[in-house]
Amino acid sequence: MSETAIISGQGLGYAADGRMLVDDATLDLAPGTTTILIGPNGAGKSTLLKLLTGEVKPSAGSILIDGEALQAIPAWRLACLRSVMAQHARLAFPFSVYEVVHLGADGVGRALPRQRREALVAECLAAAGVLDLAGRRYQTLSGGEQQRVQFARVLCQLEAGRSVAGRQVLFLDEPIASLDLCHQLALLDMARSIAARGVAVLVVLHDLNLAVTYADHLVVMDQGRIIAQGPPAKTLDDALLRQVFKVDLSLSRAPAPGLPFLLPQQHRALPAA
Amino acid sequence: MTIASPAPTAMLAPALASLIAGRRRVAVFTVVGLAFACIVLTLVAIGQGAIAIAPGRVAEILMARLSGDTTLLEGRDVLVVLNIRLPRVLLGLLVGAALAVSGALMQGLFRNPLADPGLVGVSAGAGLAAAATIVLGDRFLTGMAMKLPFAVLPFGAFCGGLASTLALYLIATRQGRTSVASMLLAGVALGALAGALTGLLAYISDDRQLRDLTFWSLGSLGGASWTKLAAVAPIVLPLLLAMPFLARGLNGLMLGEAEAYHLGIPVQRIKAMAIVLVALAVGASVASAGLIGFVGIVVPHLIRLAIGPDHRLLLPLSALGGAILLVAADIVARLIVAPSELPIGIVTAAIGAPFFLWLLLRRSSALDV
Repeated sequence: MSETAIISGQGLGYAADGRMLVDDATLDLAPGTTTILIGPNGAGKSTLLKLLTGEVKPSAGSILIDGEALQAIPAWRLACLRSVMAQHARLAFPFSVYEVVHLGADGVGRALPRQRREALVAECLAAAGVLDLAGRRYQTLSGGEQQRVQFARVLCQLEAGRSVAGRQVLFLDEPIASLDLCHQLALLDMARSIAARGVAVLVVLHDLNLAVTYADHLVVMDQGRIIAQGPPAKTLDDALLRQVFKVDLSLSRAPAPGLPFLLPQQHRALPAA
Repeated sequence: MTIASPAPTAMLAPALASLIAGRRRVAVFTVVGLAFACIVLTLVAIGQGAIAIAPGRVAEILMARLSGDTTLLEGRDVLVVLNIRLPRVLLGLLVGAALAVSGALMQGLFRNPLADPGLVGVSAGAGLAAAATIVLGDRFLTGMAMKLPFAVLPFGAFCGGLASTLALYLIATRQGRTSVASMLLAGVALGALAGALTGLLAYISDDRQLRDLTFWSLGSLGGASWTKLAAVAPIVLPLLLAMPFLARGLNGLMLGEAEAYHLGIPVQRIKAMAIVLVALAVGASVASAGLIGFVGIVVPHLIRLAIGPDHRLLLPLSALGGAILLVAADIVARLIVAPSELPIGIVTAAIGAPFFLWLLLRRSSALDV
């Protein structure tokens, strides 16, 4: 896989306050693949994502983007290569929804004509289902609506960067945390359709059932380490659930696609380790 | 784009288009309105004073000077306009623009609508250096005592502002990254320290020094001259010229530093540039016109209320608004106790402080997330 991977992280480590938040993590993001990162709180999922986006520098290991060291790529070119939706996005001043989404096209899409940029923003607003909010002030939106607007902005940057960079990566850190079920599914469907046209997509998720449903490649993290990775059906099992998520539950198999799923109905608390 | 469903785009695009057009109309209206107000106020300000000159005559003199037509340039009013009033009004325009743009930049950088050049220690440092020049100057520099303190004061203030900003920047920078939060906190601490030292200087000063200190700390455009203008303009202009470059970066920074980096903005370079340019511009302003408060808070906020927080418009319109406010305040300062004149800082503070309180009261509804 490492020949075709767009981003390749080798033996990544990141220490803060004497604790390894990420320890010896090796991960490839391949074009056309939706990689989903799961794990308990504090497992290092967001930190690993921040390492791969270049936001923080690894204290160990190396990251290559199409064979080039991440550190050597200037911010403007990275912005064309990858788009990032972070967990929390607060806005300092009351921008309108339209302006927020437009930020995605401002820098990366500088070479595009103005009409094209405006059309792009409109398309992304529509794609994220927030076109009717375009004139609203961002601060007055609900948490879920804000999250959809941020998704639209990230889409906009990805689309604008497409004219510059051929191979792209999309990072989504818990993108559905505040969304209702309908919008959760819509956003993940869209992430998959973006992957289908050749983008490498990395999503951090908490919902195991959604993770299993949408992942091509499932990565399980615990205490800074990657415990298991592979196709979801082969990666998740009862022992892993006990070990990583500290729940005593049995996976079931759905009849049609045969994917594992979890009904947290007969949950008993595990004795503290 | 393949992912967008075409139907809703086609249906709602006109609504979006009219939204964009509406915003553009407001922006154009504001730009034209402010530019017109600025020109009118400039003519009025030049005409107003002990020798009253009609705005029409002022415009005539200025046009004649610009076109090099010397036949019209005769009479006492020409001398008054070109040698006394024009440099004063131009200094007012320049200092007002510098203070307002500096305020807008600091607010964008700190992601805080209440930030001001005073906050990062520029004013406090400049004030301390100026106080030291006034009070200690003729004790330690006896050889030059005849020229002191007024020759050295502007230079001292400028260096003080620059030095305190540099100190702050070094304190808040670790491993090449400048923490905006620690800079804010360090700015408050250094400001308090500079205030205490300035107070100490006031305590040991004699009556004449205390009067100088008071007058300078309230600000005035009274000392304007072409020489002073020529010294201030080259220091303030880089800030005004850098506005288009800084605007895009500051817009990205509204989402946070990490997001700005993800958007491809050179965050560290923007921060360093903004801080240095503000230190230079405010240092030069304080050096040439004393401490003039609240322009940096009031103007950007009013502009934001009119056209929104987009820095590509906010910065140039703040420059225009700041220029207008300071020239208007100078007219008031000269009118209110004519033939004497009030320190301009009193006027801007009298407008600014109640406005600032109103801003704080409104803040929860309008500016908080």
